[in-house]
Amino acid sequence: MTQTLVVIGNGMVGHRLVEILRDSSWRIVVFGEEARPAYDRVALSSYVDTWNSADLELTPLTGCELRLGEKAVSVDRERRVVTGASGIEVQYDALVLATGSVPFVPPVPGRDLPGCHVYRTIDDLDDIRATVQAADRPGRHSGMVLGGGLLGLEAANALRGMGVSPHVVELAPRLMPIQVDEGGAGLLKRLVEKLDLTVHTGTSASSIERDGTRLIAKLANGVELDLDVVVFSAGIRPRTDLDLGLELGPRGGYLVDAACRTADPRVFAIGECASVEGVAYGLVAPGYAMAEVVADQLSGGTKVFPGADLSTKLKLLGVDVASFGDAHATTEGALEVVVNNAVAGTYSKLVVSDDAKTLLGGVLVGDASAYPSLRPLVGKEVPAALLQPGGSVDVEMPADAQVCSCHAVTKQTITDAIQSGVACDVAELKACTKAGTGCGSCVPMLKKLLTDCGVEQSKALCEHFTYSRAELFEIVRATRITTFTALVEKHGTGRGCDICKPAVASILASLNNGHILSEAQVSLQDTNDRFLANLQRNGTYSVVPRIPGGEITPEKLIVIGEVARDFGLYTKITGGQRIDLFGATVEQLPQIWRRLVDAGFESGHAYGKALRTVKSCVGTTWCRYGVQDSVGLAIELELRYRGLRSPHKLKSAVSGCARECAEARGKDFGVIATENGWNLYVGGNGGFTPRHADLLVSDVDTETLIKVIDRFLMFYIRTADRLQRTSAWLEGLDGGLDHLREVVVDDKLGICDDLEAAMAAHVDDYADEWKGVLEDPEKLARFTSFVNAPGTPDPTISFRAERGQRVPVQLGIPEVVR
Amino acid sequence: MTVVCDFDLLRPETGVAALLPDGTQVAVFLTADGSLHALDNIDPFSGAAVLSRGIVGDRGGVPVVVSPVYKQAFELATGKCLDEPAVSVAVHQVRVRDGVVELP
Repeated sequence: MTQTLVVIGNGMVGHRLVEILRDSSWRIVVFGEEARPAYDRVALSSYVDTWNSADLELTPLTGCELRLGEKAVSVDRERRVVTGASGIEVQYDALVLATGSVPFVPPVPGRDLPGCHVYRTIDDLDDIRATVQAADRPGRHSGMVLGGGLLGLEAANALRGMGVSPHVVELAPRLMPIQVDEGGAGLLKRLVEKLDLTVHTGTSASSIERDGTRLIAKLANGVELDLDVVVFSAGIRPRTDLDLGLELGPRGGYLVDAACRTADPRVFAIGECASVEGVAYGLVAPGYAMAEVVADQLSGGTKVFPGADLSTKLKLLGVDVASFGDAHATTEGALEVVVNNAVAGTYSKLVVSDDAKTLLGGVLVGDASAYPSLRPLVGKEVPAALLQPGGSVDVEMPADAQVCSCHAVTKQTITDAIQSGVACDVAELKACTKAGTGCGSCVPMLKKLLTDCGVEQSKALCEHFTYSRAELFEIVRATRITTFTALVEKHGTGRGCDICKPAVASILASLNNGHILSEAQVSLQDTNDRFLANLQRNGTYSVVPRIPGGEITPEKLIVIGEVARDFGLYTKITGGQRIDLFGATVEQLPQIWRRLVDAGFESGHAYGKALRTVKSCVGTTWCRYGVQDSVGLAIELELRYRGLRSPHKLKSAVSGCARECAEARGKDFGVIATENGWNLYVGGNGGFTPRHADLLVSDVDTETLIKVIDRFLMFYIRTADRLQRTSAWLEGLDGGLDHLREVVVDDKLGICDDLEAAMAAHVDDYADEWKGVLEDPEKLARFTSFVNAPGTPDPTISFRAERGQRVPVQLGIPEVVR
Repeated sequence: MTVVCDFDLLRPETGVAALLPDGTQVAVFLTADGSLHALDNIDPFSGAAVLSRGIVGDRGGVPVVVSPVYKQAFELATGKCLDEPAVSVAVHQVRVRDGVVELP
């Protein structure tokens, strides 16, 4: 008979348990107090970027009975029945408590006043937003966050995102007292204070009072703060208000053994509500480990909780912070090796054993790039080089060291996958080991392990160039070489091929070297670029005129119709809001374009590795819900970037509100209107491997938006591989989205002026390619099927009718005589 | 004999197509070293008459044209497909006489 598992709590840990047991024989019933599906609470502060809760949602659960908005109000352990708030009763064979935690609110007088909030759920953030919006303070609003730990700084970040300048009040003498030591916290304070935060450490709020529309907080050190909003994030407590008559741990939480089982063998507790052998954990990774343990127990296994690695690496307010192992050197005799670079804004501390032989832990602030190499070495012998000033962390890692702590993948697992030939690159490693698919901080380590295993990650473009596309781009840019012949003679071998020739042609075009069918470039072009049209299977071409933003006048639409009719072209509406005309022979192309250019059309570059379209919804002009002029922006962007040659095609879209009708998050760069401006998303893709674009900047004005897009596109064009879409480029970028933001938003490399100048040069240099052909008899002469019979069409091309249009008669394929 | 075009009209590392009186289509290529090659213009994999529009280059030093449809490489001197050794296209004689390219 099927047994029933009841899970109380639909947070991240409860969700993980159900995911693991989804395909098991258990019937699973989940009680969730919140009405919304499970979401990523760790990323809660990113909710203020979009105010779209769907962005945080975890993979929807299948194969279970999900009772959302149904709080479990009582458990009768004798009858083995859980009762929900609606009165529903579910009998269980096993019960898992995953009730999570509640925010701890210190007993400050005034803590219940309107405008005082906790920071735990999406609803809390909505409430905080409502308070901020109701405040009538001119200029930036003022807020106080009580608690300067990890959660408090997250809350402060969320407040900043709402236009609030936060005061952070921490009782301990430093920020993040649990993870970071005094030296690291000192630097952290300096770095976050540059970001409009005011830090008050070693003090607490002694009272909060309402004064008209304001809140006045008095701190114990005598400081008085004039505020619009107060957020309590001073820690959490295990949530045990559901009384099962079970013993609690010394610091709260349902007391369980190492198998996460309470004194009642049918009842388990996992995550923040559990006290595993007396210890409660407030991080998600140990919670996941507990979910694994219980899933194993329920499947007849004997797994126990191995204890937790409380190491963390995170980016708080743009500052890297990492803490691992015995960060506070509490081990007897532990020694500390500290490098505090106040100028560079970095702090690192390694904690080693009294004989300086074993790495025990450490703290990194400002630059945590060494974290993936250091954390696996905890408890292992410490290489002497590490302890030297400026010591490198490029050290041999033991086989059992954990490389990916999100999915507990060891170095051995990864090297096995590489050496057995299962995985030859990072993408394959991610697919077969799951390593690198969590926080992504171990991706550089995966690359290193591939190299160490002798997997040559050749960057060579093809047999003619040992350089990568990005390197060739820099060579062409620096040497100002303008011909393929000169480039291959000086920097390559042989005569080139169908890989390097179009790649170099694209680089030359990105660097504004005139018409792509000039004498020097024409032989490099793939047939699509050579005829400025898209080759179809029967040797004919299709024609796509540019329709910026998808906006077109009836007159122009009629011209397209007339051209299609007069040349007998099969006509289809594309997904990019334009019109594709199929079945043109090479001699027809100039005649077709003569009529289109006369009517004011330009090339749509449907044939090129170039900007295709900027799709749009109708926006404020017509739509009842639009908040910005999406069509106007789409046209502006399409006209700005038209003709821009890049490593692969570029697609874009602009949506006039969060409903996202233009599907901007499926594009290489997509823009979504907000009430305050625009959100820019990058690296999206449809196609074979769909990917939602990532938010790069939010609530920016049009000028800033265009500046950031200019930089993003030029950085991509300069550094991507051949035929690498922005999505794959971003996935493979060391440091990922954070690094991209550092480069194109914060200008960490100091190249933004140069990137913008390059885009300005493109904009100045743009000319319609088809107009260029029509004005040049030499280029026009190339549009013939037969050099000895100009005007004679290819006799193998024939058409038949289908649904009232001409379609090609299939040429005897795929029957190839072999 | 079919006249293709003036030799001066050809560009190194590109092809042109010529139509023979019997309807056969021939792709004529001039390589960087000044030699001429002629192959059937019809790509055996797609059936489209497009080989003259392929990119000319080399594979391991062997001069080739790559079909623009499904990207198989054909050796210019022999018509052999380097990706599918069982497949090849016909090779035609080609010459230059008095500055004119001819297919005898």
